[in-house]
Amino acid sequence: MRIKLEKRENITRTLSITVTLFSVLAAMTFIGLIFQVIGINPVLAYIMIFYGSLGDIYGLSETIVKTIPILLCSTGLAVAFRAAMFNIGAEGQLLMGAIASTYIALYVIPNSQSIIIIPLMFIMGFTAGALWALIPAILKTKLSVNEVITTLMMNYIAEQLTMYLTTGPWRGVELWGFPYTENIPAQAYLPCISGTRIHYPTLIIGLCAAALIYVFTSRSKIGYEIRVVGGSREAARYAGISYVRVALITMTISGGLAGVAGVGEVAGIHHRLSPFKISSGYGYTAIIAAWLGKLNPIVALVASFFIGTLLVGGDILQVKLNLPYATVNIFNGVILLFIIGGELLLRYRVKVIM
Amino acid sequence: MIGDVESLLNAALRVSTPLLFATLGEIYTEKSGVINLGLEGIMAMGALTAFSITLLTGNIIFGVIAATIIGGIMGFIHAFMSIALRANQIVSGLAITMLGLGISELIGRIHYTGVPLPQRLPIIPIPYLSNILIFGPLLFNHDPLTYLSLILAFAMWFILFKTKAGIIIRAVGENPFAADTIGINVYIVRYLCTVIGGMLTGLGGAYLSVVYRPAFQPGMTAGLGWIAVALTIFALWSPLRAIFGAALFGGLRALEFRLQPLGIPPNIVATLPYLFTIIVLTIGTRGIVRRIVEAPSSLGVPYVRGEK
Repeated sequence: MRIKLEKRENITRTLSITVTLFSVLAAMTFIGLIFQVIGINPVLAYIMIFYGSLGDIYGLSETIVKTIPILLCSTGLAVAFRAAMFNIGAEGQLLMGAIASTYIALYVIPNSQSIIIIPLMFIMGFTAGALWALIPAILKTKLSVNEVITTLMMNYIAEQLTMYLTTGPWRGVELWGFPYTENIPAQAYLPCISGTRIHYPTLIIGLCAAALIYVFTSRSKIGYEIRVVGGSREAARYAGISYVRVALITMTISGGLAGVAGVGEVAGIHHRLSPFKISSGYGYTAIIAAWLGKLNPIVALVASFFIGTLLVGGDILQVKLNLPYATVNIFNGVILLFIIGGELLLRYRVKVIM
Repeated sequence: MIGDVESLLNAALRVSTPLLFATLGEIYTEKSGVINLGLEGIMAMGALTAFSITLLTGNIIFGVIAATIIGGIMGFIHAFMSIALRANQIVSGLAITMLGLGISELIGRIHYTGVPLPQRLPIIPIPYLSNILIFGPLLFNHDPLTYLSLILAFAMWFILFKTKAGIIIRAVGENPFAADTIGINVYIVRYLCTVIGGMLTGLGGAYLSVVYRPAFQPGMTAGLGWIAVALTIFALWSPLRAIFGAALFGGLRALEFRLQPLGIPPNIVATLPYLFTIIVLTIGTRGIVRRIVEAPSSLGVPYVRGEK
């Protein structure tokens, strides 16, 4: 008996959805087994996670709070990945957005009104994130330097830069030994839906971005060009499509949206810059959402919400079962492995030959 | 002054040993055409396994061996994802990192926080050589794992560049189609190299929890796995250059807080390994330099027999 793989000619939407759902279910079963092994009732744990993150207004609102940055980052990543630009640097691009917006609010125009300061924070946050992504994009297109490594390295540079600023020149108060900048002025705070931490301006930007990018990748000329470049650079050249242009545009969108996510975290949630709390790895988790969403911004939106649910669930396990927050990493890792593993079934027909 | 330099160099060497192990492993993995970004997670699991098995058996050697095995298993998972399931290698590596960090922290925080290691690896001075002034104690007065890492670097360089096995590995990473035509089993070579990569990374992790700091601390890898990914490229895939690279990056780690009194912020020093890597990658993988260093051309590209 042997197993033979045959490439599928076309992948139907139903098949794609079925395989993805099965992958997630299989991953969650596997995680359940891990819970069982360390002596935690998996059914109870899952009830806690989903009840806590979706069962009441507070939980649901916190889930949306965590969905916002993941949504922004994953929408951008979906565009970049489609053009085969493997931007692993959303984390650093988010931090650069956070740094830029803190700078605007604390040092450039701290005394101006909300109507000026907030749009400017978003614009500068987008720009900072986009520039941080353009460095690897230019290195890739002009000098063919592998973007996976450069974007990854730049995450660490951004992280150290944040650390340097908060412990050095921008140092404000220190709370429980953690460095923070001073609070940004109150007029730079983003408005929230009352009684929650949902900073809706960022949420609206995220939803609009997802919708716009969906339309723009499926119906416009540049969307077509992105798909061709993502399929094959050779083919793109024959079709007269500028690879450089596609690479720069996709990386600008990707980095810019991650930067906007950073603005949201500073102006909407923390109201100051701090190296440990600003991101909690959203730039990496967004990769899961983008992949789970099959690089389709609308599906990635649903996937971001699902990942948000798990992140809030992680907080709940930490409080109720006294598990470390890093448990969430196990969720992320296992789900990611099962999704990419399951893709084999999508791309190939598995035949068992007796 | 000499005392300061000595303590700095000692500190540098101690960080460079785990870095060297992981980098040597990743060099083989990447030379065969597979990129593994899971090093950080594999190292964390290695650290946890070495610590817990040492506690359990009372013998450091068992701990170190177990960490190597766990590393190999995680390398195998990555190889299985990349080769058999033809998954995206970048994403698979990230998933391995998340998984390793998650599991090691979950188990480590529950069971091993604040538990000291009852045993230490002995320091073995090399007779005669260790008595040389300054250099003697520095280079020839270490634990057995440090010596092992150096011996491995030489051996792995020799195998990679001077033997038939090395030619096969490089051929598979360079042009798997051609390698296949002359009868090399591309899949087996890639599996082997990725598993070896995982084993050495696990060993690097073991060094952290039984030698570097004989205790288990969640997050004790502190980005060393990522630095090893960077170092692999910085060393331009040569096990010998990896020794110098590891010493340099280890030295930068050791310098971070030692330069603070001079007004140089530690975080700026900490960005240097990443910055150097970007620079080396930019210069080193181009044109004539690329041909000299033989960057693996098929890095990260899955090979499917009979499919182009």
